[in-house]
Amino acid sequence: MAVNVVGAARSSVRATGDRVFQLLLASMAAGIPLIMGLMLVALVAAARPAIERFGVGFLSGSTWDPVAGEFGVLPFIYGTLVSSALALLISVPLGIGTAVFLSELAPGWLRSPVRFLVELLAAIPSVVYGLWGIFVLVPWVRTVLTPALKGTLGFLPLFTGPPLGIGMLTAGLILSVMVVPFIVAVSTEVMRAVPRSQREAALALGATTWETTRKAVIPYARSGIVGAIFLALARALGETMAVTMVIGNVPQIKASLLAPAYTVSAVIANEFAEATQDLYVAALVYAGLALFLVTVIVNILARVLVFRVARGPGLIRE
Amino acid sequence: MINGMWKVAPTSVARGAARRRTEAELQRGRGNFAWCRVKWNLGCILLAVVVFAGGAAAQTVTLNGAGATFPFPLYSKWSQVYAEEKGVQINYQSIGSGGGIRQFIARTVDFGASDGPMTDEQIAQAGGRVLHIPMVAGAVVPVYNLPGVGQGLNFTPDVLADIFLGRITKWNDPRLSRLNPKANLPGTDIVVVHRSDGSGTTAIWVNYLSKVSPMWKARVGEGTSVNWPTGLGGRGNEGVAGLVRQTPNTLGYVELAYALTNKMTFGSVRNKAGQFVRPTLSSTTKAMDGALRSIPDDYRIFFTNPDGKDAYPVAGFTWILINAEQADAIKGKALVEFLWWAIHDGQKYAPTLLYAPLPKSLVTRVERTLKSVTSRGQAILQ
Repeated sequence: MAVNVVGAARSSVRATGDRVFQLLLASMAAGIPLIMGLMLVALVAAARPAIERFGVGFLSGSTWDPVAGEFGVLPFIYGTLVSSALALLISVPLGIGTAVFLSELAPGWLRSPVRFLVELLAAIPSVVYGLWGIFVLVPWVRTVLTPALKGTLGFLPLFTGPPLGIGMLTAGLILSVMVVPFIVAVSTEVMRAVPRSQREAALALGATTWETTRKAVIPYARSGIVGAIFLALARALGETMAVTMVIGNVPQIKASLLAPAYTVSAVIANEFAEATQDLYVAALVYAGLALFLVTVIVNILARVLVFRVARGPGLIRE
Repeated sequence: MINGMWKVAPTSVARGAARRRTEAELQRGRGNFAWCRVKWNLGCILLAVVVFAGGAAAQTVTLNGAGATFPFPLYSKWSQVYAEEKGVQINYQSIGSGGGIRQFIARTVDFGASDGPMTDEQIAQAGGRVLHIPMVAGAVVPVYNLPGVGQGLNFTPDVLADIFLGRITKWNDPRLSRLNPKANLPGTDIVVVHRSDGSGTTAIWVNYLSKVSPMWKARVGEGTSVNWPTGLGGRGNEGVAGLVRQTPNTLGYVELAYALTNKMTFGSVRNKAGQFVRPTLSSTTKAMDGALRSIPDDYRIFFTNPDGKDAYPVAGFTWILINAEQADAIKGKALVEFLWWAIHDGQKYAPTLLYAPLPKSLVTRVERTLKSVTSRGQAILQ
C-alpha cells in the first residue's frame, strides 16, 4: 500500500518534470524560426529605401555604381553561385571518396588520425585560408595551373584571358578545400551508421567490397550524404573572407573561369564599413537580403532533391 | 539526413574523456567548480571596488572616439602618450570612416574620425555646427611591379587617368615610354589593381583623377567606392600590395606609409607646377602648404593637385570630427585641450609613423578654429 503511494507521487513528479522539460525544449526549438523571422524583418526594414527605389530590377541589374547611386546585384549572385558550384564539383568526389575510405576500407589505426586532421581542417579560420590563398594558391594557379589548362583546354571559352592567378577558379579551389571537411565528417558518420546486417547481407550474396559499398552502404546512407553536400554548399555560399582575398572583386559576368569575379557576401564585407549615403547602405542590405533568398531557394531545392532521392529505388529499409 | 549530422558534433576526444570519467568524479568536480566560482566572484567584487575607488579619486576623463582606420596607429600612440602626460584616457575604435561618421551623428562618441569630409546632408543630420579638425595627412602613391624596372617611373596625371580608365593598356605605350626614356618598358598588358573595400585611400585617388581628367569625372566620378572601368580589386592596402607584389605587370595605388614599409616600387607624379615629384612625407606637407589658400575655413576639402613646386599632388587630410558646441563642459574642455596638444606636441610622433605633419601655416589656422569651440556659449579655450 505504502509503496503504491510513493510510486504514484514519484510518477506525478516525473510527469511535471517531463512537461517542464518539454516546454523548455519546445521554446528552444521555437527560437530558431523566430530568429529567422526577425532577421528577415530587420533586413527588409533596413533595405527599404533600396527596395522602393530599385524593386525587383535590383536582382537583374548588373551595374554597381555607388557614385551614381545605381545598384544591381546580378554579377554578385552569379559569382556566389558559380564559385560555390565549382567548389562542390571538386569537393564532392573528394569528400565522398575520403568518407568511403574512412568508413569501409581504412584500418582502425589510420581512421582516427585522418578524421582528426579532417576535423582540424574545418577549424581553421577562413582568413588563414585567405592568406594561404594569396601566398601559395594564387601563385601556383598563375604559374602552373593556368598555363596547363590553357595548353590543354584553351580552346574552351572557360579557360581564356590573361593568367592573373586570382579569379573564379581560385575562389572555387579555396572553397572546395574549406568545405571538404563537412562532407567527409558527415558522410563518414552516416556510413558508419549503416547497420552491419546490410553489409553482411551483401557479402553473403557474394558481393565484392566495391559492390557492397555501392549497392548496400551508399544507398542506405544516401540522404545523409546529400545532406552533407548541402551543408557544404551552405557554407560555400556564405563564405566571405577567404573568397574576397582571391576572387579579384570585379562585378562582371564572364564565361572564363580565369577571369576575376565577385560574390554577394564579399561586396557587403568590403563596402559596408565605408558606406555613408543612406541609399548605399540600403543597397548593401538589399544585397544581403538577396543572398538570404538565394540561400533559401537553394535549400528548398535541396529538400526537394533529398525527398526525391529518399523515395527513389534501391533504398533498403530495415 | 539530420540524424547523421548530429553525430559529428562531439569530437572523438571529448567522447573518450566523457567515457573515462565516472559519475562520482563528476559529482566531485561539480562541487569544486561551485566553490571556485564563489571565490572568483568575491575576487571580482574586490577588484571592482578597488578599481572604482581608484577611478573616483583620480577624476579621470575618458574621451571616446571612433572612425577611420588609416590614422589608427597614430591615434593609439597619442592616446598612450597623452594618458601618461595628462591623465586623460582616449579610447579610439578604428571602425572605418563611414562608421565613424554614423556614430558621430548618433552622438554615441565624443569625437568621430574620417578620411573623407562629411556631406552637407550628414552635417544637417548631426545638428549644430560640426568642425572638421585636420590632424595629419597621407599621400597615395602609384605602386607597380615590372620585372627589370626599378623605382621612380614618371607618371603624368592624364596618363594615370587613362590607365585607370583602360585607355592605355600596354606598358610600352608611347605616352608612357616618352615619360620614361631610360626605363626598359615591356610590351605587356597593364594589370590595374584597385581597392575593393570602400576607403579613404580610394577617395583621395579618384578625387585626384576627377580633378585632372574630365573624362574620369564624367564616367566614374569620386567616392570611397566607385564603379571601376578596369582592373582587379584587392581588399585593403595589404590586399592591393599583395596583388601588386606577386603579379608581374601590375599597377595599383596604396598609402605612402604602406609602400615604404613594404619596400614597394612606386612612381613619381607630375604636379600642377610641371615638376615630377617623388612622394615623401615632406613633399606631402609641402602640398598642404601649397594648397593653403584654397583650403576653406571648414577644412572640408581634398587638397589634391595643389600649387607649389615641390608639392606631391595626391594626398589628403584625416580629420577628427567634433561639435562646435560641446554639451558636456568637462569632456568638451578635455577634448579641445587634447586636439590642441595633437596639432602641436602630437605632430612630432607623425613622421616616425609615416604620416605627414601639418605645416606651421596650417597649424595657426587650426588654432583659431579650436578657439571657436564653445560650451554653453562660452569659449572653452581662452
